[in-house]
Amino acid sequence: MATQLRVLDDGAWVSVDNRRQVATTDIWPFAVTDFCDCSIAFVLLEAFTSVGVDGREVVVDGVGQCVDCGTKDTFSGLGVGRVLDGSFRAYPSGDVRSFSEPTLGE
Amino acid sequence: MPTDVEEWKADIYGTDIREHIERFAEEGWQSIPEDERDAWFERFKWYGLYHQRAGQESYFMMRIGTPNGVLDPGQLRVVGEVAREYATGPVDNPEFGDSWVDFTTRQSIQLHWIKVEDIVDVWDALESAGLSTVQACGDSWRNIVGCPVAGKDEHEHVNALETVKDFQREFKENDRYENMPRKWKVAVTGCREGCGQGDINDLAFEPATKDGVKGYNVRVGGGLARNEPRLARDIDVFVPFEKAAKVADGMSALFEEYGNREDRYSARIKFLVDEWGAETVRETLQAEFVDFELQTAGEGFRDSYSYNSGRENDGHDDHVGVHPQADGKHYVGLNVLVGRMGTEDVLELADLAETYGSGEVRLTQRQNVIVTDVPDEDLNDFLAEDLLVDYEPEPSPFMRGSIACTGTEFCSLSIVETKNRMVRYARHLRDNVSLPDEVEDFHVHLSGCTASCAQPQIADVSLRGMKTRKDGEPVEAFDLGLGGGLGENPRFADWVGERIPADEVPGAIANLVETYKAEREGSETFRDFVEARDEEELEALVDPEETSYEDPMMHNTKRTWYPYADDDDMAASPAPTAADGTPLDQDGDDAAPADD
Repeated sequence: MATQLRVLDDGAWVSVDNRRQVATTDIWPFAVTDFCDCSIAFVLLEAFTSVGVDGREVVVDGVGQCVDCGTKDTFSGLGVGRVLDGSFRAYPSGDVRSFSEPTLGE
Repeated sequence: MPTDVEEWKADIYGTDIREHIERFAEEGWQSIPEDERDAWFERFKWYGLYHQRAGQESYFMMRIGTPNGVLDPGQLRVVGEVAREYATGPVDNPEFGDSWVDFTTRQSIQLHWIKVEDIVDVWDALESAGLSTVQACGDSWRNIVGCPVAGKDEHEHVNALETVKDFQREFKENDRYENMPRKWKVAVTGCREGCGQGDINDLAFEPATKDGVKGYNVRVGGGLARNEPRLARDIDVFVPFEKAAKVADGMSALFEEYGNREDRYSARIKFLVDEWGAETVRETLQAEFVDFELQTAGEGFRDSYSYNSGRENDGHDDHVGVHPQADGKHYVGLNVLVGRMGTEDVLELADLAETYGSGEVRLTQRQNVIVTDVPDEDLNDFLAEDLLVDYEPEPSPFMRGSIACTGTEFCSLSIVETKNRMVRYARHLRDNVSLPDEVEDFHVHLSGCTASCAQPQIADVSLRGMKTRKDGEPVEAFDLGLGGGLGENPRFADWVGERIPADEVPGAIANLVETYKAEREGSETFRDFVEARDEEELEALVDPEETSYEDPMMHNTKRTWYPYADDDDMAASPAPTAADGTPLDQDGDDAAPADD
């Protein structure tokens, strides 16, 4: 059966198969995305605007803010987890994962 | 393309939901199909039920809509009894014990930890007392708000409570507007002090006179959510008192017809008013949705609005304290810090309201309660009751002015913990910071996110949940705004402090107050003081620092199953649970992190 993905709660959660799995309020380090002038941007995810898949990876678009310098921007294609054997495995938010980083803008 | 929510609503919504909830209640939590839960929980909102956040699966928040905040004699007791029996969770809250009642900024009531299996019993108890959860949430007419002493107030132009009851009967106790594009928040104000806060509602009726006829001026498109605050726009319409429902009907129909159903982020009517302008709203209302000639706006009372204004004036800034009613009796406003009252206190308050008043209790948009109809001869005995030590009629300005939303304790949207933190802030400020003697009102509104349920933009000090890093670690934090308020010239706060660690906020407020005391001109209020300075000056005034205040909730409370549990890790959650609270086995381990 196809995995159900949707944004819930006014953009506060990503639901995967009817379970809230990925939250805003987590801080994600962006090391290769040119989000701001910080060497690593520690980005608070403020709202998700859409969710989709890229291969086996679940990716989100949204709005975030660097909690060190305050730069705020939209992003697209942030990998937040994978679907493996029909079930979702969330990535831990605190780790640098350069291949799953987003691009700026929507 | 219609959104998922619109498709779910088109399938089943409104009163049709009830039979399904009754079935789930009979058959238990696990009878709600796992692959349909997003849809069902969206629909449940129409009946006032929110599924609590991740880590608290199978538990619900239940909202009871109390029109204009009025609880008729006997109703508060039933609310307390229901809370005591059904609204208890797996562990206690360290400030509020094992059960409590929340009074909200829309004059409603919220209970937490409700099990789906108990919902029908709870409804039976509430409905037998004339209370209802219908349309308390969801895309429909929400609880109608207004001046909480409507019908009792000596400052009243028209008795707005009659209008609220008309609206309740016409639009909420039937399926007429059961599926709107988005929530629909209506305020009706009859007093001359602006206590209905119409400026921040989708549709506002404000007291006015036209050619000697009493009625309302109409404003449309206010709201605070999503970093897009708007004041309701004047559409240049006066409606006589008796015809108010016709304009409310027309505006509701206009929103139903033209509201955006394809993008929920832009669906509130404030965005339609942005797009069309007030003149087009008026023209469309006239051409398509009312069958009589609209009058232009009458003479209102906005220049005397005092409620939540932050100005020096003779009117109410809130309803705390002892005040005369028009009939010679008194109403007594009691301060309920952050709107949360323990269940035993709720039952005690119900007793006191019956002993000293008529039994009626009212709720305010500042999360406080009012006991009405207290005769002069009973007033002193009432004021001497022990309950009023905790719920003071003459509190410290910091206790009096504090409002907080639900926060990460239960809410899916919030970024930070709120209520217990605001309790700690208020007590710390009361004990360590002094305002000028004559200052009775100093409003601090703390909201966990941009949904703005604590109305942060209209406070002296506005706090909105954020995150930052402190000593390299992510911590809960706040953006800080200054100078918001309603009144004759409503104004949203300027956000002049960013990402202040939560444990440095009391220090920031203390420093602001010290500067205010040192530099204010004469009897200048804090709002006046702020408005006399530009943004750059205000930014310089925000000076966060650690103080003796300690904050036990600096970590990521949204990633706990319950922020105050001894073991608050998600993995320690007992949820979901069966009807008796026994943990149910969860299938699979899909909440586990991916192995990268």
